[in-house]
Amino acid sequence: MDKFTGKVWVLGDDIDTDIIIPTEYLALKTVEDMAPYAFSPLRPELASKIKPGDIIVAGKNFGCGSSREQAPEIIKTLGVKCVIAKSFARIFFRNSINNGLLLIESGQLHDVVTEGDKVTVTINKCIEHNGNEYPIAALPQNLVDIINAGGLVKAMRKLNGLD
Amino acid sequence: MGKTIIQKIIKNNTGIDAKPGDIVTVNVDRVMIHDIFIPFVASKFEEMGFTKLWDADKVVLVYDHLVPASQVDDTRHFKIGNEFVEKYGMKNIHRSDGICHQLMTEAGYVKPGDIVFGTDSHTTTYGCVGAFSSGIGYTEMASILGTGTMWVKVPETIKVNITGKLPDNVMAKDIILKLIRDLGADGATYKALEFAGDTVKNMSVASRMSMSNMAIEAGAKCALFSPDEKTAEYCEITLTDKERDLVADSDAVYCKEINYRAEDFVPVMACPSNVDNVKPVDEIISNAEGGNIAVDQVFIGSCTNGRLEDLMAAAEVLKGKKVAPFVKLIVTPASRKIYRQAAKNGTLKILAEAGAMITHPSCGLCCGRAGGILTDGEVVVATNNRNFLGRMGTSKVSIYLASPKTAASCAIEGRITHA
Repeated sequence: MDKFTGKVWVLGDDIDTDIIIPTEYLALKTVEDMAPYAFSPLRPELASKIKPGDIIVAGKNFGCGSSREQAPEIIKTLGVKCVIAKSFARIFFRNSINNGLLLIESGQLHDVVTEGDKVTVTINKCIEHNGNEYPIAALPQNLVDIINAGGLVKAMRKLNGLD
Repeated sequence: MGKTIIQKIIKNNTGIDAKPGDIVTVNVDRVMIHDIFIPFVASKFEEMGFTKLWDADKVVLVYDHLVPASQVDDTRHFKIGNEFVEKYGMKNIHRSDGICHQLMTEAGYVKPGDIVFGTDSHTTTYGCVGAFSSGIGYTEMASILGTGTMWVKVPETIKVNITGKLPDNVMAKDIILKLIRDLGADGATYKALEFAGDTVKNMSVASRMSMSNMAIEAGAKCALFSPDEKTAEYCEITLTDKERDLVADSDAVYCKEINYRAEDFVPVMACPSNVDNVKPVDEIISNAEGGNIAVDQVFIGSCTNGRLEDLMAAAEVLKGKKVAPFVKLIVTPASRKIYRQAAKNGTLKILAEAGAMITHPSCGLCCGRAGGILTDGEVVVATNNRNFLGRMGTSKVSIYLASPKTAASCAIEGRITHA
């Protein structure tokens, strides 16, 4: 079973897609070009501090707002291993699965975690933090299928007999 | 067990008696892509290995966020869009006709009972004619363009009953803002909203559109109004028996029911910088230092409130009056058709004489990509759907969302007030 440990960045409730990537940067050519501006309205320094393998922990309704898929793509581009939030907005949730960004719902972690802490995630089982274990739900099978295929693009390539 | 409207739409589409929580694959009736995302949809579509659209007639492309281009790089989106249209034999393209969500219903692309997806969160708008419509990302759009299908989880439904007569200074915008406040920004996440009651029955399709448009601000997957004679007239159709039947069964099961008396509504605003931070205008004024919040700019437009009845409501307030000398009032009709109608019936003349700047139909200032962006410390009252940090300029701009009547009153007084 997949298990990983990462350093935590803590954000609040209702982190919207205009915070994750403001509209003014959406016409840049690639998500790599956009990534340095991630979270800039709220924390301009954050994108440059996030290291591959880090974990974002947030409150409720993470990713609310627009349908811009650059939001999960940029978070993935920054190297974030997964986002753990109390809840996710639905379009952001679908977009993340389709792009292979792991999202985990936990009603408890956000209330006890401090920025800079380390947490360990065991997929479909639990999160460990400061010696405490917080259970997490397993993903529905159809989403597991998309993730196992390597995202929606790869699933469709397979459908079209390309891979 | 009885069905909600969304359960009936899914049954008609798939033949499956699905219940909330079930995952079903639906046949998509129409899709909408706008200019911001067409380059990404096009590249994902080809990367997936598709060589033709599942049905070119069912695909609509609208240039609206970037029209007319204000930055050199924006033109790239039009070039890629035009190439895609040519290559795959599309006919439904609008290059300067107005905002995507307005055009989808106005130009007859969406009918009651349809299942529609768009690369924009405010795709929930088409629930105004009884369609199940929702926003998706560009990767998912690319897969629909190739397959014509998408998986959905059947949502639970929250029923909202509104009865009675609204006060004169209250518009549909005030109702939906109050509902978003009561539900919270995530109160309807993964859920469908269903509107009922005589207040809703007496509402124009344009007003219903303002409400379904903003349902996403409470996280909703869709927001449905049962099709009726007003819908038929708006869509220029005669309702079929199947369309008439898109009314919830009396024994349908809801996860929540909310009841409002229309007479209880007052003019409200969503205060900076969350859409569910909604307060009565009178409370905002009484809590302000010196009872006064000066306004630098007012924006009347967008897919939420850029329709003819909105412009006419603003004109009624502004008629014979002048915009405060330090306020810039920007009016952006939601479509070319609305622009023409407002020109013909004298609405634009009233607005221009009051001192409004009237712009071409487009998304305009709503997404911060057009003229009118603001800077630190400035205050804008706007009729669109989002007041997030940095949406209309710097992250230190205060955005208050309001109805067209309230916004027009603020433009005259140069401070936060209501009609």
